[in-house]
Amino acid sequence: MVNFILNRILQSAIVMFVVALISFFLFNFVGDPISNMVGQETTVHDMNALRERLGLNDSVIVQFGRFILDALNGNFGISYRLQRPVDELISERMPATLELVFVSAVIAMVLGVAGGLFTGLKRDHWLSKIILTSSLVGVSLPTFIIGILLIYIFAVKFNWLPSFGRGEVVDLKGGWSTGLLTVSGWKAIILPSITLALYQTTLILRIIRSEMLEVMRTDFIKFARARGLKSRDINYGHALKNTLIPVITVAGLQIGSLIAFSIITETVFQWPGMGSLFIQAVQFADVPVMSAYLVLVAFFFVIINLIVDLLYFVVDPRLRSEIKN
Amino acid sequence: MRKEQTLTWWGRFVDHDVTYSFLHSPVTVIASIVTVLMIIAAFCAPVLTSYTPFVPGSLNLLDAFMPPAWEPGGVSEHFLGTDGQGRDILAAIMYGTQVSLTVGLLSVLLSIAIGIPLGIIAGYNGGWVDTAIMRIADIQLTIPPILIALMIDGVTRTSLSSEVHELVAIPVLIVSIGLASWPQYARITRSGAMVERRKDYIAAAQLIQTPTALILLRHIFPNVVGPTLIVATIGVAVAIIIEATLSFLGVGVPPTTPSLGTLIRIGNNFLFSGEWWITLFPAFTLVVLVLSVNLIGDWLRDTFNPKLR
Amino acid sequence: MAVVDISNLCIEFPTRRGVLSAVENLSLSIEAGEILGVVGESGAGKSLTGNAIVGLLEPPGHVTAGTIFLNGRDITHLRESEMRKIRGAQIGVIFQDPLTSLDPLYTIGRQLTQTILTHQDMTRAEAKKRAIDLLIEVGIPAPEKRFDAYPHEFSGGMRQRVVIALALCCEPCLIIADEPTTALDVSVQAQIITLLKRLAREKGVATMLVTHDMGVIAEAADRVAVIYSGRLAEIGTVRSIIDNPQHPYTKGLMDSIPQIGQNLKSLPNIVGSMPRLDDRPSGCAFNPRCSKSKDICRRELPNMIAAGDTGQSAACWIYAEGDEYA
Repeated sequence: MVNFILNRILQSAIVMFVVALISFFLFNFVGDPISNMVGQETTVHDMNALRERLGLNDSVIVQFGRFILDALNGNFGISYRLQRPVDELISERMPATLELVFVSAVIAMVLGVAGGLFTGLKRDHWLSKIILTSSLVGVSLPTFIIGILLIYIFAVKFNWLPSFGRGEVVDLKGGWSTGLLTVSGWKAIILPSITLALYQTTLILRIIRSEMLEVMRTDFIKFARARGLKSRDINYGHALKNTLIPVITVAGLQIGSLIAFSIITETVFQWPGMGSLFIQAVQFADVPVMSAYLVLVAFFFVIINLIVDLLYFVVDPRLRSEIKN
Repeated sequence: MRKEQTLTWWGRFVDHDVTYSFLHSPVTVIASIVTVLMIIAAFCAPVLTSYTPFVPGSLNLLDAFMPPAWEPGGVSEHFLGTDGQGRDILAAIMYGTQVSLTVGLLSVLLSIAIGIPLGIIAGYNGGWVDTAIMRIADIQLTIPPILIALMIDGVTRTSLSSEVHELVAIPVLIVSIGLASWPQYARITRSGAMVERRKDYIAAAQLIQTPTALILLRHIFPNVVGPTLIVATIGVAVAIIIEATLSFLGVGVPPTTPSLGTLIRIGNNFLFSGEWWITLFPAFTLVVLVLSVNLIGDWLRDTFNPKLR
Repeated sequence: MAVVDISNLCIEFPTRRGVLSAVENLSLSIEAGEILGVVGESGAGKSLTGNAIVGLLEPPGHVTAGTIFLNGRDITHLRESEMRKIRGAQIGVIFQDPLTSLDPLYTIGRQLTQTILTHQDMTRAEAKKRAIDLLIEVGIPAPEKRFDAYPHEFSGGMRQRVVIALALCCEPCLIIADEPTTALDVSVQAQIITLLKRLAREKGVATMLVTHDMGVIAEAADRVAVIYSGRLAEIGTVRSIIDNPQHPYTKGLMDSIPQIGQNLKSLPNIVGSMPRLDDRPSGCAFNPRCSKSKDICRRELPNMIAAGDTGQSAACWIYAEGDEYA
């Protein structure tokens, strides 16, 4: 057990190391960091002094070591575009993104699991067919189009909900600003969170349905029916539990993608989160912000994967005894 | 009851289970027709329309902001209206679809070209080769393709001057989407290759010392390529969405050769002022295109992979 | 009275190319304490018959005619809710593959008690005691310890014992064992057969043993029903069928089993293969492969009639009135 966890943590550390390496090369070798930092009229002498001061004349290995140490301390340098420390920019923006992702994840999981179970168990029900058809439309709707449509309907046509921003924000201790404590904050998060959740909902729904259909065909379900077990016990006990492993995998991946997809939603709704910070960084070649975002997102992914691995362990007894031996 | 022997190839084709299933799925038939029509409209655009919306000198600002023909103020020459620079929306959509389709198809081709060989090699060899390839694939799979494509695009944007970048923007986009999506093809091909590898005919081929390259190419490849191609159909839809999203975010194709995503982005600025047609028609086209491809892919998967039925 | 009595059972599958009749006019019955072996090639309709008894035919397959009586009660078209109460309680089912028949995520104890509590009014403690008794009965060593084990912690043979214990949970009067030994090693096969025989003798359980393995039949069955292309070909006691088969198909089947000590240049086999269900010849389904076939065999379906002098009956025109087997 302990070995298993250590093994997984080691793997995660390797992934993080590789991402840090990529991020480092991005930072140091894509474009010239010095010419990005200084103005037009800076002299060559000043530029060299700055280069020396930033340690850019040291060997690559020394620089990479320093980059890792800095990253561990949350120091990712100074944004070329905004001329402010990157860690400050990101920690300002993180609460907005995480709240959006959290609300969307809840919506996607609840609707996706419920819809997937229903369509998997009652595959010939008329409602299943409607849900399934609309889920295919859902998969075909790019996130930004959903956003545009929702804005057009609810903000432009009917003027019920705001089309941009987070509404009124309350500052909590520890620098976390939340929009979930005010009415305007909740109003503001409705459209973006639905936009972000819709695609993931349809994916989760379709995966759960096909897993459910797969499990319902297995011998042990047939045998359970042959023993006269109640269909409630078969469906929600045996079948559902056996779909959990793929569902956990997908749910983990999808929560990860929510963070990435929030880039689009944040752009459409001008949501002041990390995603819109990142997309501006890409447009303006603001490398320090890009590399910091990369490291941070990779970190989230690694954590989610670690949790997913531990959940497997809880669900599957085969895995447990494999590790025991 | 068996009458196959007496039928012509056409008769066999019509009688075949696949044809039957296709003809009895009206949704798939419609989706196929729509897809074919859109492909024709996109690639025959220069023949089908006399407008050249992306040749700078050919536009007339007096034509700007015309609504669709059926709205007050609309004219039949610009059936779906015009945008802020007097471009005909219908023609712009046709050319935009061409860019979207090109990027979608070529990037999937690239993913397949990387994914299938790696998958076959991993599945056939097993051992550390397999572990190494699949580890990389697993790690990459956890990161959404759109983020990878954004990163690659961001890097090229930073390292190239804007004039050069504009020239290579579409190839770069194809490469970034292609590189971002190979792992899923590698995975499917690998599991197929692992099954094939254990079969007797492969053992027989190894026994008579058939060169490994020949075994992979002549025996493994034809047996594993089917499922991969089915997934690739849905992959085209996904690639079109990624391209549109990147273009919408302003990091995809340049406005001089716009795709559907670029058109939607341009039009989005006018949505609040009431010129809805500039953004909603390209958006509708994009959704119909992606939905049709998805419907075909869904049908293919259901028909050729009975396991999922 | 027979425990199960099937008469003129017909099972059909509607497909787009027409209706396939998978089982036609099948009649058989099993007495308490008796093991009836049902043999036939794959696709002959053996398993379908078993599934029809417990009401688990996979759609679109369904019973179109005939009746199934269990202890005198007509269960042919019972509602699913009624049928569910019979399955597992009065009828126990054993499937072919013990490796896939058990839910991998639940302990075997939990699967046993769940089945017991579904059908019987008991406390958890009583159910657990009953489950452990069952594990003892099917010969699982250290049952208290194994109670909390997961299926993957058992060997194939032990898992099949667990499967049998699950089928026995509520002391059924009928067991349908569908290829119960096919997936097992030969030595384990013998143990499982011995177990099934003991249950029939000691508990008076009627057993329908579906298999294509004549060795298993010879070992375990009291009577044998031979099915060919969805129809009963021959039925009789196990000795008469093996030593003195009457239907040409049964004869061919017996001849194709190699005997130890026999020295043959080549093993006799039946020419051709069983027709597809949508391609059955008119008359007797076996006629194209039969060396004794006559005109009438190609025109009309034979009925089951007494055949030979060892008491079995066969569906063959050879035994029609006054016509001696030549």
